[in-house]
Amino acid sequence: MGKPTGFQEFNRELPGKTAPDARVKNYNEFVGLYTADKLNEQSARCMNCGIPFCHSGCPLGNIIPEFNDAVYRKNWVEAYEILSSTNNFPEFTGRICPAPCESACVLGINKPPVAIEEIEKHIIEIAYEKNLVKPVAPLIKTGKRVAVVGSGPAGLAAAAQLSKAGHIVTVYERDDKPGGLLRYGIPDFKLEKWVIDRRIQVLEADGVEFICNTEIGKHIAAEELVRAYDAVVMAGGSTIPRDLPIPGRQFKGVHFAMDFLKQQNKRVGNSPVTTEDIWATDKDVVVIGGGDTGSDCVGTSNRHGAKSILQFEFMPQPPTSRTAAMPWPSYPMVLKTTSSHEEGCQRHFGINTKEFLGDEEGNLRALKVTDVSWETDFLGRPTKFAEIEGSEREIPCQRVFLAMGFLNPQYNGMLEALGVELDERKNVKAKEGVYRTNISKVFACGDMRRGQSLVVWAISEGREAARKVDEFLTGHTLLESKDAVNFYEQAF
Amino acid sequence: MDLTDCPQQGLYRPEFEHDSCGTGFITNINGHKSNQIVRDALTILENMEHRGACGCDPDSGDGAGILIQLPHEFLMEECSNLEMSLPEAGDYGVGMIFFPKDSVLKKACRNIISSAAEKLGLHILGYRKVPVDNTVIGETARQAEPDAEQLFILRPHSISTAEAFERKLFVLRRYINKTVLETVAQAGEHFYFTSLSSKTIIYKGQLTTYQLRQYYIDLADPRVASGFAMIHSRFSTNTFPSWKLAQPFRLIAHNGEINTLTGNLNWFYAGVKSLASSYFTSEEMEMLLPVIDNNQSDSACLDNIIEVLLHSGRSLPHVMMMLVPEAWDGNEHMDPIKKAFYEYHATIMEPWDGPAAISFTDGRLVGALLDRNGLRPLRYVVTNDNRVIAASEAGVLTIDESTVISKGRLQPGKMLLIDTVQGKIIKDEEIKQQIASQQPYGRWLDNYQIRMEELAEPRLAFASLSADSVFRYQQVFGYSREDIEVIIKPMAVDGKEPIGSMGTDVPLAVLSDKPQHLSSYFKQFFAQVTNPPIDPIRERLVMSLATFIGNNGNLLDEDKMHCHCVKLKHPILNNHEVEKLRSIDTGLFHAKTLQTYFKADGQPGSLEKGIARLCRYAEDAVEDGFEVLILSDRAIDSEHAPIPSLLAVSAVHHHLIKKGSRGSVGLVVEAGDAWEVHHFAALLAFGASAINPYLALSTIENLKVSGDLETDLPTDKLFYNYVKSICDGLLKIFSKMGISTLQSYHGSQVFEILGLNKAVVDKYFCGAVTRIEGLGLDEIAREALGKHSMGFNHSKGETRLLQEGGIYQWKRRGEQHLFNPQTVHLLQHATRTNDFAVYKNYAKLVNEQTEKHFTIRGLLDFTHHREAISIEEVEPVESIMKRFATGAMSFGSISHEAHSTLAIAMNRIGGKSNTGEGGEDEMRYERMENGDSMRSAIKQIASARFGVTSNYLTNADELQIKMAQGAKPGEGGQLPGHKVDEWIAKTRHSTPGVGLISPPPHHDIYSIEDLAQLIFDLKNANRAARINVKLVSKAGVGTIAAGVAKAHADVILIAGYDGGTGASPISSIKHAGLPWELGLAEAHQTLVRNKLRSRVVLQADGQMKTGRDLVIAALMGAEEWGVATAALVAGGCIMMRKCHLNTCPVGVATQDPELRKLFSGKPEHIVNLFRFLAEDMREIMAELGFRTIQEMVGRVQFLRVRDNIQSWKAKKVDLSGILHPVTNQKGLTLYNSESQDHGMAEIIDWKLLEAAQQALADKTPVFATFDVKNIDRTIGTLLSNEISKKYGSVGLPDNTINFKFKGSAGQSFGAFAAKGISFELEGEANDYVGKGLSGAQLAIYPAANSTFTPENNIIIGNVAMYGATSGELFARGMAGERFAVRNSGATAVVEGVGDHGCEYMTGGRALILGKTGRNFAAGMSGGLAWIYDEDHTFAENCNPEMVDLDPLSTKDEEHILTLLKKHANLTQSEVAKKLLSTWDAAKLNFVKVFPKEYKRVLQEKEYQAVSK
Repeated sequence: MGKPTGFQEFNRELPGKTAPDARVKNYNEFVGLYTADKLNEQSARCMNCGIPFCHSGCPLGNIIPEFNDAVYRKNWVEAYEILSSTNNFPEFTGRICPAPCESACVLGINKPPVAIEEIEKHIIEIAYEKNLVKPVAPLIKTGKRVAVVGSGPAGLAAAAQLSKAGHIVTVYERDDKPGGLLRYGIPDFKLEKWVIDRRIQVLEADGVEFICNTEIGKHIAAEELVRAYDAVVMAGGSTIPRDLPIPGRQFKGVHFAMDFLKQQNKRVGNSPVTTEDIWATDKDVVVIGGGDTGSDCVGTSNRHGAKSILQFEFMPQPPTSRTAAMPWPSYPMVLKTTSSHEEGCQRHFGINTKEFLGDEEGNLRALKVTDVSWETDFLGRPTKFAEIEGSEREIPCQRVFLAMGFLNPQYNGMLEALGVELDERKNVKAKEGVYRTNISKVFACGDMRRGQSLVVWAISEGREAARKVDEFLTGHTLLESKDAVNFYEQAF
Repeated sequence: MDLTDCPQQGLYRPEFEHDSCGTGFITNINGHKSNQIVRDALTILENMEHRGACGCDPDSGDGAGILIQLPHEFLMEECSNLEMSLPEAGDYGVGMIFFPKDSVLKKACRNIISSAAEKLGLHILGYRKVPVDNTVIGETARQAEPDAEQLFILRPHSISTAEAFERKLFVLRRYINKTVLETVAQAGEHFYFTSLSSKTIIYKGQLTTYQLRQYYIDLADPRVASGFAMIHSRFSTNTFPSWKLAQPFRLIAHNGEINTLTGNLNWFYAGVKSLASSYFTSEEMEMLLPVIDNNQSDSACLDNIIEVLLHSGRSLPHVMMMLVPEAWDGNEHMDPIKKAFYEYHATIMEPWDGPAAISFTDGRLVGALLDRNGLRPLRYVVTNDNRVIAASEAGVLTIDESTVISKGRLQPGKMLLIDTVQGKIIKDEEIKQQIASQQPYGRWLDNYQIRMEELAEPRLAFASLSADSVFRYQQVFGYSREDIEVIIKPMAVDGKEPIGSMGTDVPLAVLSDKPQHLSSYFKQFFAQVTNPPIDPIRERLVMSLATFIGNNGNLLDEDKMHCHCVKLKHPILNNHEVEKLRSIDTGLFHAKTLQTYFKADGQPGSLEKGIARLCRYAEDAVEDGFEVLILSDRAIDSEHAPIPSLLAVSAVHHHLIKKGSRGSVGLVVEAGDAWEVHHFAALLAFGASAINPYLALSTIENLKVSGDLETDLPTDKLFYNYVKSICDGLLKIFSKMGISTLQSYHGSQVFEILGLNKAVVDKYFCGAVTRIEGLGLDEIAREALGKHSMGFNHSKGETRLLQEGGIYQWKRRGEQHLFNPQTVHLLQHATRTNDFAVYKNYAKLVNEQTEKHFTIRGLLDFTHHREAISIEEVEPVESIMKRFATGAMSFGSISHEAHSTLAIAMNRIGGKSNTGEGGEDEMRYERMENGDSMRSAIKQIASARFGVTSNYLTNADELQIKMAQGAKPGEGGQLPGHKVDEWIAKTRHSTPGVGLISPPPHHDIYSIEDLAQLIFDLKNANRAARINVKLVSKAGVGTIAAGVAKAHADVILIAGYDGGTGASPISSIKHAGLPWELGLAEAHQTLVRNKLRSRVVLQADGQMKTGRDLVIAALMGAEEWGVATAALVAGGCIMMRKCHLNTCPVGVATQDPELRKLFSGKPEHIVNLFRFLAEDMREIMAELGFRTIQEMVGRVQFLRVRDNIQSWKAKKVDLSGILHPVTNQKGLTLYNSESQDHGMAEIIDWKLLEAAQQALADKTPVFATFDVKNIDRTIGTLLSNEISKKYGSVGLPDNTINFKFKGSAGQSFGAFAAKGISFELEGEANDYVGKGLSGAQLAIYPAANSTFTPENNIIIGNVAMYGATSGELFARGMAGERFAVRNSGATAVVEGVGDHGCEYMTGGRALILGKTGRNFAAGMSGGLAWIYDEDHTFAENCNPEMVDLDPLSTKDEEHILTLLKKHANLTQSEVAKKLLSTWDAAKLNFVKVFPKEYKRVLQEKEYQAVSK
């Protein structure tokens, strides 16, 4: 452990951010870096707990106390090795993870938790800077060929791991560049795209082949793919957005969040925009959905120069601190103010959108909404709602972004062609820990299997699935798992 | 005797038994024979009845006996009545024989005797049936009663000297014994020679001391005369009938225990091949073998070895010096001639180590000696009528004080010898000087001994490992990142063994699916009750790591070449040293390296073949004359995996023992798999002479080179630190078993093996205990190959990290833990929201060990023998909760908030919380406003006795004597000064800021009879409280428990090794002690078999987490249970395992005021936990059909082994020993149903109480006088209890109760005596005077008619003023060893003290007006001592580590003068008077012993006062 009394001496501090009014002028990341001393202090706050709940709370099983200690000792090689032993892409999670590790941090019981996510980001950035991030694939290949469909975090993680195990890996991406939601779902001000490009280069140096602009089931028949490879890993994500089928949905100006965000991301990345332009400039914007995608729409709208921005959430305003229903170390559903909120937006909770109202030209002009009240159970969890009588009113607006999450993966195309079995939620059916679908040689991971989730979960799924693929191909595997595996089974 | 009842059954093993006792002798210095001597000896014996014991049957003792000279006149007359005519005294020998009662067997034995005598050319004169009265003996003894007969053998004319005749009789006896064992096996058990000698005879048996003279009619005969008599009273841990284990043996009577017996025996057998003596023909030599009999007690073995050494030409004192040497290594002040004697003999014989007071005689010389630690008392008096009386206690024989010339005690390592022919007492120095000068030992050493420093540079050397190879070797040998981070780094950087907290909750090695080090299957033994652990730090002077590598030679002769071997200061070799050894060539002395690998082909039998080859090569190398074998595992490659070094060395060791040639070589191990202390300890205990941990050293070097160590220390210094911490750790491991030297630890096998099968153990670890079976050789190979393949598997991508480990910290990919993120979270959630359903989820995670096994209980399942019942029929939660206790956690280790929350919760449910060893603030005795109470029902009495006062003991429902704790059995503890704040200091009666040390042993418990005494003391201190003795599970804990039950404990707690909340060395947490399942089952089985179970409550604890755990414990025999960690977790603990750092972030285990504020636990959370546990139990009980707990206790039939065990390792475990059902005898129960007889009815204190009525009632001063004897023990304690009950800690005004005593007071005079008491004792006192003194004043002076000089004689025994907190003692005369040990507030004046004076003292004042022994002030952190150092020798005797020696200040002078005046006034001390009259000159000879830490704190205070 770095410093036994570090947590008593230092408070949690985060790196400085560019002021909101300055940062909305561009799409650049605005979170700075720690000074060397600050980084050292922050890592010293880690208590190296007997039970590191952070390490348990992290979907990847990042061995947080160990890398904190290495950072404290400024041993960057060790820090990088420990971090990369569980996480292929700390540069992504270090930027955009909601950090369930920090929610589980023991220090968080009665003090602000260790700044784990920032430390993680610093480790990987320093590792790149010191040229520690190098290809790891063995020279002698197994001769097995694996196709990975989808280049989001799950697909990339699976590809990276399989390549590390000595297999020949090809990644198919239907968009023009690899990265999936990382590239086109997350705005640059949270994750600049050179970060992805840098990683893709490492993977390519490792021997992973990327084939973009190619949709399986459309450009290449799914059956053909399965025939041509020794194994196929499907990591196409959960791409069907949840709609809001209320009157007036057809008015112009009502968009899915992802259409809006993707287009802007392409603009920033100098990729051609092939869809109809969606601008929030000088508009009254309403974002429906209180999650991270909603926040991204808020941030992007501000950068467009929207006139006003409202964010709606159907559920009531969450408490500001943990309640009995969400005890430490679980991930607490508390009111979260994101950096996009800081940049300007009004938030409404317990509000229900009844109807989109348009003008005669078919353009959206307002929303009809009512307030809802919630009953709660003994632990304060909302259970039942009712509209508040007389609260119905109109909210003028010209742009609505629907950010209410994703339902399931796209079925038609690849999944349909192969006859992949789905579960009751219409995700690909493959047991966690096993990842095999009903089709021989075909594995699934990430949101496509799990349903919409976090990037960190996608990476985790990709890694764990790769182990199973490796085992499938060669009979055993030495790829790391996040959980304990029977040593003796592994060794023989 | 019912033979089927005796041998091993269930978990019991006969070899676990222990005994200890009272011993002594009386002799006429001139050897004048009289019947008086015999009668007096029997009286002495009877006065030590309380040092012996009896079991379930009060009339069957554990054994008593007497050794006297042959009563020639008596025998002649008796024999002539039988028409047998005896020749002159000395011309015949007498054998005292126990024959089997069965006439056929008896006849067979007689035939053997006849033919053996004939073979040796001896003529049998006849037999005499020894008349006995067996109506006086108990039922148990009668069942096994033998036929005692005397055999008379004529001395042949060919044998001219008495010695030669004795020798011949010795051969005869050995030969008869051997032949009987070989040919009449059934008689073997019952056929026994108590003695066969022309000089002495022994009468003994399974008798109480009083029965001895009644049973043997001879002893009452006035014609029986002897010049001396040696006696012994036995306290055994069992009650199985055994007549032959009574003592004395032929040459000795032993009070003590040989801790290193297995090793001593092995070393003896190791050299059997080279045994030869000019005193025996080779045919006779053959007849003598095996010299030491199997299946007998340690004392009997010791007697056997003494015999053979004596009869091969050494004198008896010489033999005793060889076997029980003084602490010579490192003693700068020892005479070089004597030191050379010891060093020379160390090269041929290791000490038979353990606490020992041994009386011995060869028929002419009579003597006694004490082991180097002096852990058994021996007092003696010399009278002007030429008698010497020596015994475990003073006052055992009433003597006219005016005849006393001197009163003394035997000092550690010293000998008392009387030559009855020369008619003189020979002083220790004189006899030793004489023996040490017999040969030019010093010159032999100079000429022949090889010292490492003097060895030539190596001829060639292995290149050191490259960084890549180090990583690969680390993988192959199973290093984890944690091993490097947690173990190796701190050792190299700080030179200290790392500390951990909160016990261990990982799977047993045999249940884990993580790669294990072979030594993880080996659990360290530790001393408990029957012998004490030692303090390796504060009593370093008795410890030694010196060792010798080479040929041991023939034990039976003295040859200068015996010492031609390499001497090492310690057994850890660095790379350079091992190379020097490899290259050694003295012309006579060479080394051979053998590779320890096996073929890594995964085939069955490969490992076995590898070992067989290794053993073969080793044997050849010995034949070829190599003196050193180096077993090396460096030469591994992808095809060859290392044999675990422990297996390799033990296999070779035992192979060579079997060949009788182990003694000819040293075994050096060059091991990649030795890095933590436990590994080294196991290697040494199984035969390694020295170890080179090359990989650990390379690992350190790599860390240094790669800049991973936060230190500027150079590599050499890091190596030095690492080796030093190994050495310190080894001393700690030895000492926890009560072993002082590496030589006696070497090969001692003091481990229980947990998880290897019997075939492996019997073949490669012969003689070690293994009780649950487990891995065979192929499975061991599989484990080794698993690791091997990690290092040599190239087909997959490179890993750059070692395995996580995860033993000391939960890690996802590491070892599994019972307390993990899920279980901690669920338990806290359940108890905070009072949600039983959530608790059930928690319990399910803990209980379901179908896939992942953790514990023995995890392998078990319930089996149904009854109809399930409705839960309403089961006894209610409320009554079950009364059986719960929390663990002992001290205020000091945990915060006041956490401590009192636990207490309130337990008081609410009627359970019991435990103070731990830190005392308790008296404010907690008052009920709180809301009706709650913070008073802990259990008051613990631990070795440091912090805050243990009469009032503390009075305010308890239960008094717990902590003999050991699970996390670190056999070790002491330390509370660093920074944790000792005002409050803690007040509660512990110490100084804020001054560190506190808990000694490893209780200094008043060195043996089972001592424990009985402490139990008696505590019963006196609070007769309403139950006395609880806390033991830690280990092999043999059953027999210890039986002993403890016989010592009258009311409750016995068996703690698992895995529990524990405090800070401990991590190797102790993990590697010492056993799971409670084994200990509890063994204890229950043994108690039932001994018919003692119904007398005691049996309690168990150790990682108990769910109702299922508790039900299983109940079925195995526990009717009460302790839950500590789970209770803490319910109170907010999140298993930080940082208790030792004071940084607990949730305010549980910290004294930091800021952090304490963060404590968020509530009593109701803990109440909820216990409700859940009880409810959970009820559900299981209903299912099993039990209505009450009582019905369920001990019904192990309701358990079975799970049938779905998948793990390849767990499948091999055999739990039948644990599940062995025992049935109770008629009228007895499997649970506690009767109370102990504490023998309180007859005590003197009732009279005192009577006389003190007025004082108690209204503080009126009272005066009275009483006569006392040594059997009047614990005087004033019960009276003090009455004072405390009424007046609390304030007590009575000084000098309210003024009692005078005359005579020899028994042990514990004035123990826990409260304020207001003033005792005077004219005479003398035994051990433990003023123990726990709580305000009283004691004055002790010799009898008025005595003529000896008091200041030169002993007046009080050992361990006086132990743990005293206030009050005063004035003793006119000298005190024994360990005077004022752990004094924390009382004032004492004496006129001389023995070794280890004022040890661990933290407060109070000691004024010593005479000489002190060695090691004064060791561990003394507070208080002051003033020594009158007339001849300026004190500095030599003082341990300067923690104290300064300063001149007196004015304040000191005033204080001393006041004390001198009082001393002179109360005791008429001439010394005090003289000092007072010559004060100005005398004061210059005073030395002030001022603890450094205490001085610092005082100076800081002064500074603060001034600056204010």
